[in-house]
Amino acid sequence: MSVVHSAPRFASNDGVIEAVSATLGDRLAAAHEAHGEVVLTVRRDAIADALQLLRDEHEYQQLMEIAGVDYPNRTERFEVVYMLLSLTRNHRVLVKVNAAENTPVPTVTHLWPVAGWLEREVFDLYGVIFEGNADLRRILTDYGFEGHPFRKDFPLTGYVELRYSEEDKRVVYEPVKLAQDLRQFDFQSPWEGADYALPGDEKAGAAQ
Amino acid sequence: MSLQLEHSPTTGDDVITNYTINFGPQHPAAHGVLRMVLELDGEVIERVDPHVGLLHRGTEKLIEHKTYLQALPYFDRLDYCSPLGMEHSYVLAVEKLLNVEVPERAKYLRVLFAELTRICNHMLNLGSHVMDVGAMTPNLWMFEVREDCLNFFERASGARMHSAWFRPGGVHQDVPEKLLVDIGTWLDTRLPELFEDAMSLVVDNRIFKQRNVDIATVSKDDAIKWGFSGPMIRGSGIPWDIRKAQPYDVYDRMEFDVPVGTRGDCYDRFMVRVEEVRQSARIMKQCLRDMPSGPIASDDRKVSPPKRAEMKQSMEALIHHFKLYTEGFHVPAGEVYVATESPKGEFGVYLVSDGSNKPYRCKIRPTAFSHLQAMDFMCKGHMLPDVTAIIGAIDVVFGECDR
Repeated sequence: MSVVHSAPRFASNDGVIEAVSATLGDRLAAAHEAHGEVVLTVRRDAIADALQLLRDEHEYQQLMEIAGVDYPNRTERFEVVYMLLSLTRNHRVLVKVNAAENTPVPTVTHLWPVAGWLEREVFDLYGVIFEGNADLRRILTDYGFEGHPFRKDFPLTGYVELRYSEEDKRVVYEPVKLAQDLRQFDFQSPWEGADYALPGDEKAGAAQ
Repeated sequence: MSLQLEHSPTTGDDVITNYTINFGPQHPAAHGVLRMVLELDGEVIERVDPHVGLLHRGTEKLIEHKTYLQALPYFDRLDYCSPLGMEHSYVLAVEKLLNVEVPERAKYLRVLFAELTRICNHMLNLGSHVMDVGAMTPNLWMFEVREDCLNFFERASGARMHSAWFRPGGVHQDVPEKLLVDIGTWLDTRLPELFEDAMSLVVDNRIFKQRNVDIATVSKDDAIKWGFSGPMIRGSGIPWDIRKAQPYDVYDRMEFDVPVGTRGDCYDRFMVRVEEVRQSARIMKQCLRDMPSGPIASDDRKVSPPKRAEMKQSMEALIHHFKLYTEGFHVPAGEVYVATESPKGEFGVYLVSDGSNKPYRCKIRPTAFSHLQAMDFMCKGHMLPDVTAIIGAIDVVFGECDR
């Protein structure tokens, strides 16, 4: 498929996967290229090694971001995605590891000090634990917050709401009370994408 | 004549311990709700612990519950000083997943307004930076420029700040011809007059230099390790600009220079932004000169809504419009990370699609998050009043940092 979009154009992906897999060896679990992005999946215990090799041998000097993603149906439900940028080769790669709630991911703060807060953020929002991060406090949520709000099973409205109480002269937390139900409209066309059976459709399968 | 103190306050039996003060969360120099726990030895900073997240609204989670089009206005509200810069990353990320072609005029319009946003953003930052270190007048003059910019946004989109004007596949509406003419005259007259006047008060000012030169010097290595981008990395002397290195839209056709600093201090970061304003004006003039006429949104009917006039005539067009604004368009499954040069640095969007009409995950890479994390090592050894200069030179906006 020819590229017609006008998103940022960095250096070509040709040969990147081959070169990287030669260096990473069995640390690399999978690698593919899609939508113009090189995505490398690395074994969890080897992530710090792999990122160091990418930094030192392949000139990916900057760690721009660490993102968490939640896939509740998988056995290891979280993905931690590291976005690397090479200033000299003008190229970006995404490096992924899989993790569960009880399987810590090795920290990379010794490679890039910027990873400190980025890992704290993933820990705060998803509950992924980073082994070796000396300062794994919550960062974005409130002091004393409970739970990990970006997990797919955490409700959009949350569990508590706060208000200033005139009697107590302080901010108090209370269970969420919605004056109106949270409205979730589903406009998905049954021809494109809806994953539920429309009333009457269940008979279609039974007839065969 | 030397002065001998009979009893020195820092020697002898009395031990003065470090003490800790709270800077913010409500402090005019914090540029928002930043709380910093500062550990001081006298007036010298020993340790900084920034507490962010006081403006966390869960934007990324909200976006997961909205269609691709409904998610767009959230981006205006991230960095509310440069809304179109944020939208730019998002629409490009969606376009990259869809692989949709954008018409020429829309690309020029987006670059034109992205650069206007940059000027608008830098006016606020440069002005508040000089005010943080004690000067009042330049800020007022630059707010006049900012007011002009906001008026232009209003004439293009109907909103002064939260434009929501970019769309996957182009822009929402074409601009009136008179607006482009007015921007052209403004670039030649009012902007240089006001801006250069304001800068003439500041850049060679002795007090301003005393407050900024050699404050928070960041070496090239440190800038790379701490994930700096934008004016922060250029201030440290690395000529890295995504508009140059990884051009998007029509930046590859634009002629502009990338200013870099020589010492990596607050003054360099300030001056990099000053020069960027001039370069942005240069890019805008080229946009105005070269902009073709033509459509402003993609002709892919899966993404772009039908024209209003067509909807008055055709029932199918009306249904089509209804479906696009309720169900929205479907984006092929996959993941992309798209980063653009927002006025504050690299603003990235990591978009994961599962093939439905809503993003499965939309991770926003804010610029200020990494920069603020470096506060500790930038402030160490400096005096308490330098903190305001350092924050001013970071150019932090909490809507974006806390998301």
